[in-house]
Amino acid sequence: MPAPPPPPPAPGSLGPLTVQGAPRDRGRHGRRPRPGAPHRRWERSVDDRLLGGVAGGIARRLGVDPTLVRIGFAVVTVSGGLGAALYLGAWLLMPLQGRDESIGTRVAKDRQGIVLSLAFLPALVILLVVGGALHAGVVTSAAWPVFLCAAGGVLLWRNVDADERDWLRHAAAPVLRLGVGTRTTRRLFVLRLAVGVGLVLAGVALLTVHHTYVSMPRIFGGVVLLLVGAVVLFGPWWLRLARDLMAERQARARAEERADMAARVHDSVLQTLALIQRASGDPQRVVQLARGQERELRAWLFDGEIPGALDAGVTTLAAGVRAIAAEVEAAHGIVVDVVAVGDCPLDDRLRALLDAAREATVNAAKWSGAGSVSLFAEVEDSRVSVFVRDRGRGFDLDEVAPDRRGIAQSIQARMLRHGGRATIRSTSGEGTEVELTVAREALR
Amino acid sequence: MSPPGAHDAPVPRVFLVDDHHLFRAGVRAELGDAVEVVGEADEVPAAVEMIIERTPDVVLLDVHLPGGGGQSVIDQVRQSAPDVRFLALSVSDAPEDVISVIRAGARGYVTKTISGTELVAAIRRVAGGDAVFSPRLAGFVLDAFAAMPSGVAPVSVDPELDQLSSREREVLRLIARGYTYKEVARELSISVKTVESHVSAVLRKLQLSTRHQLTYWATERRLV
Repeated sequence: MPAPPPPPPAPGSLGPLTVQGAPRDRGRHGRRPRPGAPHRRWERSVDDRLLGGVAGGIARRLGVDPTLVRIGFAVVTVSGGLGAALYLGAWLLMPLQGRDESIGTRVAKDRQGIVLSLAFLPALVILLVVGGALHAGVVTSAAWPVFLCAAGGVLLWRNVDADERDWLRHAAAPVLRLGVGTRTTRRLFVLRLAVGVGLVLAGVALLTVHHTYVSMPRIFGGVVLLLVGAVVLFGPWWLRLARDLMAERQARARAEERADMAARVHDSVLQTLALIQRASGDPQRVVQLARGQERELRAWLFDGEIPGALDAGVTTLAAGVRAIAAEVEAAHGIVVDVVAVGDCPLDDRLRALLDAAREATVNAAKWSGAGSVSLFAEVEDSRVSVFVRDRGRGFDLDEVAPDRRGIAQSIQARMLRHGGRATIRSTSGEGTEVELTVAREALR
Repeated sequence: MSPPGAHDAPVPRVFLVDDHHLFRAGVRAELGDAVEVVGEADEVPAAVEMIIERTPDVVLLDVHLPGGGGQSVIDQVRQSAPDVRFLALSVSDAPEDVISVIRAGARGYVTKTISGTELVAAIRRVAGGDAVFSPRLAGFVLDAFAAMPSGVAPVSVDPELDQLSSREREVLRLIARGYTYKEVARELSISVKTVESHVSAVLRKLQLSTRHQLTYWATERRLV
């Protein structure tokens, strides 16, 4: 094989593409660490984690066995509970591997979230006042912890990483199920709620029975007045908060849509333009590429057919992976070896996974200089992974220019948006491997 | 072109069985002096006769053959010449063909797109008694040994044979991802020898397992 042309600066793509409202992680891969390289940062491990990846991260930073760190935490936890607090602190302060900011930093910057959690303050005041009036120490002493838990829960929910949010959602499933469950489960939940509230009220009544100097009607009258007052005073505020929150959610959805669109344009139009530049000596090929792209673009703009989307006939993951291989082999004249283990129907997440896998395969075909690419897909009970590997020239992730959207947008951001992750390992002269993982939708 | 690591082992004696004349010629040319080709055949009866007569170290066996397929060659040779080892070679993507040749006794499976150097290495490995797993075969095996569908009770004489250890799974996964044995060894911080023994163990399980799931999987794909 003749000597390859000088390596292009990036396996990403061509020129700069400015995306308005792109996800927050733009330009961060300049600092992205490579697995296997010595780690100078304190960060939570992605590959080696039982809970939050703290022990794995510490172990990697110190170069010791993660089991030792875990045992350390366990021992300190058992003898007084300090370990749990330390772990929680570390979880908040250590950024996840590949992320710039820790959860703590994000919480501190999350003004909207802080305002939102302050909305619990009136509830706290009411609890304290009612508790004080009833001389119920239980209520007063529980008020602060309840408030802190609620506020903290809101802030964490808004700022943890996507896969950990999945985990939280799973943990909170019994409560959240109210919104999505079937009619029977919802009815059961309402029943439980009614019984619970009844019991609590009975308890409060029992507690207050011997305070004979205050008559019961007066107490309840007071409570009702308080509640009404709170609603009158704080109602508008709560309403505005809810509206703001909705607006924010819509804005985020719009930004994600735009980012998705940018990724699509990159995968289709920009990739074709790159192919045309490389085939400039072959007018026929250029015409053919331009025609194909024109057709695709028209279909997108006027018929709503998403470019690069898989055929409607492709409904399972393994079929999708094979379709990608066939497409890349045809477009780039390179061998793509497919190995698929297990299979499952496609959903939105898995489609995004396939889109990212296609982009990684196209990158390997275009830039690696290798004659073949290995594509391995595995469906497990809890997750789906795809590995794209070539034995080409490899590249240095730190040197990928921030305006190259291929890796950042089409692969990493796309995976993050869908609650998955992308890990890229590349060694100059030995090749590149892209690992894409996404959790399977909870099967209930 | 002698591949690296050709120092101690004697040149393996190889027999080619493939119904495509051009392919046999191509393989012969690619193998060069690295092996001694002691004969070739293009159909089952001739192949069986000559293999028993010439007892090569390794038979390169096409999975698809007129007159019964590669599987029947292995079945007929085994009784009279049990020391002959088989390496299956195919363009076929069908898991059932590959698995049936392996279960008949082949020591490995590679696709015909393999490079000459890699093929020589694979022949040496099979001649040395080790197993050769291509990424595709590794994928098939992972699939076949995947979690049992619920409700299917394991019916087995030896449960050990019916599942892969997590290490074996790890090794297979890396092979399926396109790693060579050497790269697998480096990735898992173990020796190449250990990788080879894991792969051999998997091959043994594949050949001996009476696992319900395996037969279920096979019948699912019109096998057995």
